[in-house]
Amino acid sequence: MNHQDIAAVRGIIRSNRRWDLFFAAAGFVALLLGVLAFVTLFGQMVLNGWERLNPDFFMSFPSRRAANAGILSAWVGSLLVMLVTAVSAVPLGVAAGVYLEEYAPKNLVTDIIEINVTNLAGVPSIVYGLLALGVFVYAFGFGQSILTAGLTLGLLILPVIIVATRESLRAIPVHVREGAYGCGATQWQVVRDHLVPYSTPGIMTGVIIGLSRAIGETAPIITIGALTFIAFLPASPISDTAPFINFQWLTSGFTVMPIQMFNWTSRPEEAFQQNAAAAGFILVFMTLMMNGLAIWLRYRLRKSISW
Amino acid sequence: MKRTVLASALLAIAASAAHAESFVKVDGSSTVYPVTEAVAEDFQKSTKGSVKVTVGISGTGGGFKKFCRGEIDVANASRPILKKEMEDCAKAGITYYELPVAFDALTVVVNPKSKITQLSVAQLKKMWEPDAQGKVTNWNQVDPSFGDAPLKLFGAGSDSGTFDYFTEAINGKSKASRGDYTASEDDNVLVQGVSRDINAIGYFGYAYYAENQSKLKAVAIVNSKGAAVLPSEKSVIDGSYNPLARPIFIYVSSKSLERPEVRQFVDFYMTNASTLASEVKYVPLPAKAYQANTDHLNKKKLGTVFGGEAEVGVTIEALIAREAKL
Repeated sequence: MNHQDIAAVRGIIRSNRRWDLFFAAAGFVALLLGVLAFVTLFGQMVLNGWERLNPDFFMSFPSRRAANAGILSAWVGSLLVMLVTAVSAVPLGVAAGVYLEEYAPKNLVTDIIEINVTNLAGVPSIVYGLLALGVFVYAFGFGQSILTAGLTLGLLILPVIIVATRESLRAIPVHVREGAYGCGATQWQVVRDHLVPYSTPGIMTGVIIGLSRAIGETAPIITIGALTFIAFLPASPISDTAPFINFQWLTSGFTVMPIQMFNWTSRPEEAFQQNAAAAGFILVFMTLMMNGLAIWLRYRLRKSISW
Repeated sequence: MKRTVLASALLAIAASAAHAESFVKVDGSSTVYPVTEAVAEDFQKSTKGSVKVTVGISGTGGGFKKFCRGEIDVANASRPILKKEMEDCAKAGITYYELPVAFDALTVVVNPKSKITQLSVAQLKKMWEPDAQGKVTNWNQVDPSFGDAPLKLFGAGSDSGTFDYFTEAINGKSKASRGDYTASEDDNVLVQGVSRDINAIGYFGYAYYAENQSKLKAVAIVNSKGAAVLPSEKSVIDGSYNPLARPIFIYVSSKSLERPEVRQFVDFYMTNASTLASEVKYVPLPAKAYQANTDHLNKKKLGTVFGGEAEVGVTIEALIAREAKL
């Protein structure tokens, strides 16, 4: 190889390196755009709403006076709706996922179901709201209640949970299944004692990501008729007399955080904008906490699995 | 074991639905919402929470739909009930009282730096009529004396009662408007738009002007007698601010009114609406109007005084004097 060839090769290497550098820079800028946009929005919300973030804000009902208004009915409503959502969507989603992955015969019908489940994840949330208005509110007569809202959002995140369940079942090494079957376990025993426990971290992650999407949903909740002014809390789920739990709260009217926030942003008084910013901060914080919990759970549960 | 838990859960739900607490359910217009919210807040405090009031926002039309299905006790309405809605209510056997509770003065605003101080209905029509779309784009087309400057329009979105009333009052037909203007259901967007553009003009409810007086200038409207009048409590009550002042209503189901908690709420509304309406920057009705409402309730005068038609520029005296019909 003569001198000139070496120079040419070096030239090629240098130009390739430049591209490397160029892509790294472009990628960094792309990342920065997203992060900066979020930080700016979040920062402005914190700055605007900071003064309102005191205990009273969490413990007060909505009011015509911005300084007295709070998010008590909104955060309690959001929490109870999330509870119904989780209780309804998790068992259904996990069962459906396990069935599709482990039990379902591979045929045309299963294929169609699979395609539909994937597509459902992309259906606009307002469509779920309209469905729920017809089915839950009127056909089943659940009314404009926490039960209706929870079930609606449950439907909304069902595909997310099914997909997450299937993904995490697939991630379990084949030798776990084969080993268990080899010892004479039935399919149900394999699912109960091995597959579901091992896929729990992945399922939990899917559930929490689904819930953190659901908590910010506004359109389907408005469609089914959430309230705007509600200055009382639903009956407590826990009572001091037997049977100690009651389900009255399920039929109660409610409001949720995004609706409260939306109502405040459309008020004429400047002071309500502060309230909206503070409520927005709490909502983002709730979502961040849920995502944080998902990461932590995944980490903790993964560590305890030894294959 | 599990089955009993499920069964008892269902029983508990059924039982809780059967044994209803004292609720007053209100839904409807977002324009009436601030007044009803203020009343609900104080009413709930005065009963120490023994009666629970809920207020939703689903628009005047959405509110009437629920009202005529018997789902709510009180409907907030920024316009009188329409023929179609009257038929729906009649079919479901719902009869009702129509109670005006306050005035909303639609306010035409310009940028504080603008030279415009007054406009006539004809001039407003030139700007906003459907035929103006794409053609009337300069202030000098409205009136040569306004000078050569681009005309920037901001107005209510087509789903709001404000839009319905403004188009009815200015263009003569509800919902008839040019479409090439900045429209928003969120009046704060309109406030921002007009406050940032010297050539802008917009319209929205009086409360949004009252809260943003430093950023906006109200335009006096030439009324039916030829006088240019600015919106104010006085000019709205004496009827000189016309045709852009409109009464807003609550409709109360007569069946619901038999329940003591609903009666209590409506009575509280009539007693306190005047103070509370001013507090949320609406123009209260004269005291005799609230008295007339209470009389109507006591004498069981059911129905509407509008006969299902949209009307503009009606004075409150004229309304009180009319005979209600179902």
